[in-house]
Amino acid sequence: MEVYLDNSATTRCSQKVCDLMVKILREDYGNPSSMHLKGVEAERYMKEAAARIAATMKVSQREIFFTSGGTESNNWALIGTALANQRRGKHLVISQVEHPAVSAPAAWLEEQGFEVTALPADHQGKISLEALKKAVRPDTILVSVMYVNNEIGAVEPVEEMGRWLKKEHPDIVFHVDAIQAYGKYRIYPEKAGIDLLSASGHKLHGPKGAGFLYISKKVKISPIIWGGGQQGGMRSGTDNVPGAAGLGLAAQEAYENLEEKREYLYQLKEKLTEGLKELDQVVLHGPEGRQGAPHIVSASFLGVRSEVLLHALEDKKIYVSAGSACSTHKKSKSPTLTAIEADARERESAVRFSFSTENTAEEIAYTLSALKELLPVLRRYTRS
Amino acid sequence: MEKAFLIKYAEIGIKGKNRYMFEDALMKQIRFALEKADGTFEVTKEQGRIYVIPQTEFDPDDAVEAMKKVFGIAGICPVVIVEDEGFEKLKEDVAAYMKERYSDQTATFKVNVRRAKKTYPVSSMDAASDLGERILETLPQLSVDVHHPDVMVNVEIRTKIYIYSEIIPGPGGMPVGTNGKAMLLLSGGIDSPVAGYMIAKRGVKIEAVYFHAPPYTSERAKQKVVDLARLVSRYSGPMRLHIVNFTDIQLYIYDQCPHEELTIIMRRYMMKIAEQIGQKSGCLGLITGESIGQVASQTIQSLAVTNEVCTMPVFRPVIGFDKQEIVDVAQKIDTYDTSIQPYEDCCTIFVAKHPVTKPNLNIIRRSEQKLQEKIDEMLKTAVDQAEVITVS
Repeated sequence: MEVYLDNSATTRCSQKVCDLMVKILREDYGNPSSMHLKGVEAERYMKEAAARIAATMKVSQREIFFTSGGTESNNWALIGTALANQRRGKHLVISQVEHPAVSAPAAWLEEQGFEVTALPADHQGKISLEALKKAVRPDTILVSVMYVNNEIGAVEPVEEMGRWLKKEHPDIVFHVDAIQAYGKYRIYPEKAGIDLLSASGHKLHGPKGAGFLYISKKVKISPIIWGGGQQGGMRSGTDNVPGAAGLGLAAQEAYENLEEKREYLYQLKEKLTEGLKELDQVVLHGPEGRQGAPHIVSASFLGVRSEVLLHALEDKKIYVSAGSACSTHKKSKSPTLTAIEADARERESAVRFSFSTENTAEEIAYTLSALKELLPVLRRYTRS
Repeated sequence: MEKAFLIKYAEIGIKGKNRYMFEDALMKQIRFALEKADGTFEVTKEQGRIYVIPQTEFDPDDAVEAMKKVFGIAGICPVVIVEDEGFEKLKEDVAAYMKERYSDQTATFKVNVRRAKKTYPVSSMDAASDLGERILETLPQLSVDVHHPDVMVNVEIRTKIYIYSEIIPGPGGMPVGTNGKAMLLLSGGIDSPVAGYMIAKRGVKIEAVYFHAPPYTSERAKQKVVDLARLVSRYSGPMRLHIVNFTDIQLYIYDQCPHEELTIIMRRYMMKIAEQIGQKSGCLGLITGESIGQVASQTIQSLAVTNEVCTMPVFRPVIGFDKQEIVDVAQKIDTYDTSIQPYEDCCTIFVAKHPVTKPNLNIIRRSEQKLQEKIDEMLKTAVDQAEVITVS
């Protein structure tokens, strides 16, 4: 049995999405910028994709801009907003648990003379509205918070924050990194006070290299890529027609029967966490059950280094991800696990399991039995 | 006018009767190296000289770069080959050759003529002075210096005539395959690829062995070693890499022996396995990247205890190098960036906090007694089930 439990890293592309993309690559391969019929046909795919995505959020399709993926969307949201609004102020607010695709451009902006405040998170990885209220200043131009934490599945109170910001500070641009949330939750930016929203195709059974940034028409943002003036001059570069179309269809599919699918994921999550709790020396991270995201479980198996457990599971064709990339060579520290003050033993033994609707209860049972078998053996051989 | 390369070799010229064997090995290695360059080439031997003659369009930089990695080559001379159509024509050819290369230089030169074809009507001395005169007429800014010329213009008269003036230094050493074969213990670190390179440079053909310890070491760690073997093979020629699964042995040692002795005992078994695999494939020695005092297992006491298990000679070419000196070579041969990728190898997994630095052979032997029951069978399994891949 092959069990893929690394769906927060990437997902398998849906068959229908694949078929559509192949058709575009082989038959309707025109460039939307071309004036002939082939170009017009291709443009139709772009519009259809934007419309499909816009429909999932009840926004206008003119507010959807295609990018190369989540990282570009996040970079654009931060850098583009900072550049366009710097005369109003130079202060940005993010959180301590952001993905590097947000924290790294923020750090770069800091080098360029902007000021960045990072909101703290509690032991479950949650940021509070109170902390945001304290951090906001008259010169704040942007607040950027993730919807679902990619490491431990904490769900941040973005709607609460958005509504408060719209009421008290309507000039502040509010960006939400929804890369782990889009396709799992119904997100209505207008109601929630969200001005910018990033999402990525390959996290929802769509293609890699395709993502979008929702940009509310009220927001002032500068492009960060210039060239032939595609997408209204906001994001130049030949339109990635198969990517955009694939993403559009994947988004539509993700929102079909959303509640049912989410319920299914929660059942998988419950089954796994219940099983993990029966094992010795396991520490679960992030909010439990329905308090957290439906598709992410993070756990530390004390005394067994993440990497070793990962490879041992791999041997049984179970694919998970190391909660924090820790090795003797210290590749990088996990921002979230550090922010929630997990101790060193927990950090170096953290493993993330992430599901999709393609996973089954049998797979979870198989994974639990593999863990039961492996952990005692692996624990015998720890670094002394 | 035809362009080619004349290959100069140093040490192999003095090897008496073995000379042909050395030359053939060198030609074989040149052919192998040129497979990766653009174009096809003929490698021939003529009157004790090796020529590389392009058969198609080729990229001279590519070809030179490839040949700079062939041990045994002392120098690579880009040469122009002309037909023998009389001495007057030769003067024109030499003048044209010089004009193309030295028009904008003010250098001193000397013409050196070698007349392998003794029937040629003009003597070497006369030819040299006549050609020099013509060069001075063509490029008056040049001057002659017969003692310390900046440019030595070589004209060799054979069936055809060869003109060259530039010598690009080669890596030196001896052609791989002329000095037997040895087994390299390749770990994935910085030192062992350098050690392999250095021994290959002395003409030794190399095989390598890597100890894999899944799940404690990852597929990526293994891939890294394969990549390193491939980088070394650009110099050493195609290499067989033996991948030994070492997990069970390592865990068995962990269970039975004192933890501060783990590394040293593990290394003794690695040497044993390397020697056994080496014997099967005709190796006459082992190669390691050890350097005195670098880590606990490389103190002189540890080296002595590790060495004790082998009957084959163990070559440690970087034994007296400082880390930085090893890094310098690793950067030169382009293995450094691959070596520093952060994947764990099996030596770093079960390291004790305070490993013994001055192991006593008797104590280590006594500890190894505790492995008696299963270790022979385990060694046999490890050797028999090693995965072999050929990299080039």
